[in-house]
Amino acid sequence: MTGNSVLPSSGSAVTKSHQYKKKSQLRTVWLRLKKNRMAIFGLLLFAVMVCVVLSADLYMNYEEDAVAQNLSIRFQPPSREFPLGTDQYGRNVLARVIYGGRISLFVGLATVCISLTAGAVIGATAAYYGGRVDDILMRIMDVFLAIPNTLMAITIVAALGTSIVNLILAMGISQIPRMSRIVRSSVLSIIGQEYIEAARACGTGDGRIIFRHILPNAMGPILVQVTQTVARSVITVSALSFIGLGVSEPTPEWGFMLSEAKHQMRCHPHLAVAPGIAIVMAVMSMTLLGDGLRDALDPRLKN
Amino acid sequence: MFGYIVKRLVMIFPVILGVSFIIFTIVNLAPGDPAMMILGEGAKQEEYEALREEMGLNDPFFVRYFHYVADALQGNFGKSYRTNIPVFQEIACRLPYTVNLAVTSTLIAIILGLPIGVLSAVKQYTASDNAAIGVSLVLTSMPDFWFAMMLILLFSLKLRLLPSLGVESWRHFILPAIANSASTMASLLRMTRSTMLEVIRQDYVRTARAKGAKESRVVFGHSLRNALLPVVTVIGVNFGFSLGGAIVVEQVFAIPGLGQLMVNAIRAKDTPMVIASVLFAAIIVSVINLIVDIVYVYIDPRLKSRYVTVGAKRAMS
Repeated sequence: MTGNSVLPSSGSAVTKSHQYKKKSQLRTVWLRLKKNRMAIFGLLLFAVMVCVVLSADLYMNYEEDAVAQNLSIRFQPPSREFPLGTDQYGRNVLARVIYGGRISLFVGLATVCISLTAGAVIGATAAYYGGRVDDILMRIMDVFLAIPNTLMAITIVAALGTSIVNLILAMGISQIPRMSRIVRSSVLSIIGQEYIEAARACGTGDGRIIFRHILPNAMGPILVQVTQTVARSVITVSALSFIGLGVSEPTPEWGFMLSEAKHQMRCHPHLAVAPGIAIVMAVMSMTLLGDGLRDALDPRLKN
Repeated sequence: MFGYIVKRLVMIFPVILGVSFIIFTIVNLAPGDPAMMILGEGAKQEEYEALREEMGLNDPFFVRYFHYVADALQGNFGKSYRTNIPVFQEIACRLPYTVNLAVTSTLIAIILGLPIGVLSAVKQYTASDNAAIGVSLVLTSMPDFWFAMMLILLFSLKLRLLPSLGVESWRHFILPAIANSASTMASLLRMTRSTMLEVIRQDYVRTARAKGAKESRVVFGHSLRNALLPVVTVIGVNFGFSLGGAIVVEQVFAIPGLGQLMVNAIRAKDTPMVIASVLFAAIIVSVINLIVDIVYVYIDPRLKSRYVTVGAKRAMS
């Protein structure tokens, strides 16, 4: 009887102390991140881009501004009405850049969701069970890692056919190995801690230990990897569209706009500028945030 | 050490086998009928059936994969559906362009990225450090093909200094090499700077300074050598990837290298070509990884003992 009454109470004590620790860890990271001006600039830049892109329908019309062709106003230079000019079909470049952001940012975030979910399961399983399971899973990941990322994504898109969903699948899958490695190594650094031992002693199930106790505390390096994955995906999706394996006409997408602009470079170079700057802004915001997070998580830089 | 290298070389084989299986599976998911593609629309039914049988397309998936591996082990990777030339012959004639591009762009990245990274760390928080960090941040955030387009805009169309397309002379390789080196250069710079910052705070660097060693010797002799390991990794990874084909940059500059071969093969659903290109890239990446590990030992002799004991243990058991 006494044994029974002791177990639940010690179990809840473990959970409480663990929650306290989780909160305080995230809080200290946030406090240190706040001091890093570049990281906050990156975070704000990304937030502003997401807001502009999501609220586009309030001040623009997708069909009229970004898709409908108006051949009487082709190749207009930047003006009050068209701040970035018009393209070879007389479409508003600004509208296309803004609506193009929907695809790039959506694909970037969706890619992270896929690779993070699969990577977390694979990496955590490998680290938690160790031994043979770890060996097998990591050898499989080694095989995937030997294939260059872009090459992998291109092959998958080509096999499945070009569409947004397949694009996301291709890029998500090609990022899984890297994510699994990061999750595995950060889980390995947690697994020896006493509170994991305690949770196990209380009879907590493996799944609960992994997802409730280990992963939240191993989140630091994973978050850094998440920002880098978003950045890389934005570049890769534009590269795929650029070589004609991404979106198709008339969907606005940054890489696709650049591949159209490439044919007009001799006479209308202004078309090649705006989509490129949009990509740089999106990627840079994530890189700055990632760098800031890494510094904030680095215990050696703590003062 | 020799035993270690042999062991690692042998370990590349299962990886490549795995890669071949993955790519074979992915490529076979693609819709489309290769026999139909080779014959064209107006083919007779009997001819079509005969070709399907001959190509083994009626066999189950695993039988086809087994045949592919068996042929590949004898050096027969199939012929391109498009040109009917053996795929590795085609890869071999594209290879010089890609090697040229990969070597020059990696050299540019090392020549610029490494010293600027070192200086940036030594002069941390000065104006020049901030400038270097800023430029490298923009360069890592730029897609290489957009950088390439901007280079063409400036140097070919505005200043008319360099050609924008083709491979006729060495001048044609200047812009592609710069475009291809940008991201490697930037990540090399960032990596060199951050590892140097860690190393120059170490006790042995202070000791070197205290005993009156010249500043240049302290920086390049004592610090840089100890900061080189992660830097060499960055160089190796990027070099391996660009040897697999600078896919998008080759498109922009119309360079007939491996990247372009790959994209054309994918567009034409040229299955043997696609599989062979990816296999080739994977072999390159694996071999470069091995070379990087060997280079580690020359940079940091302490690592050697680890490899030797691994070998000795295996010999004993």
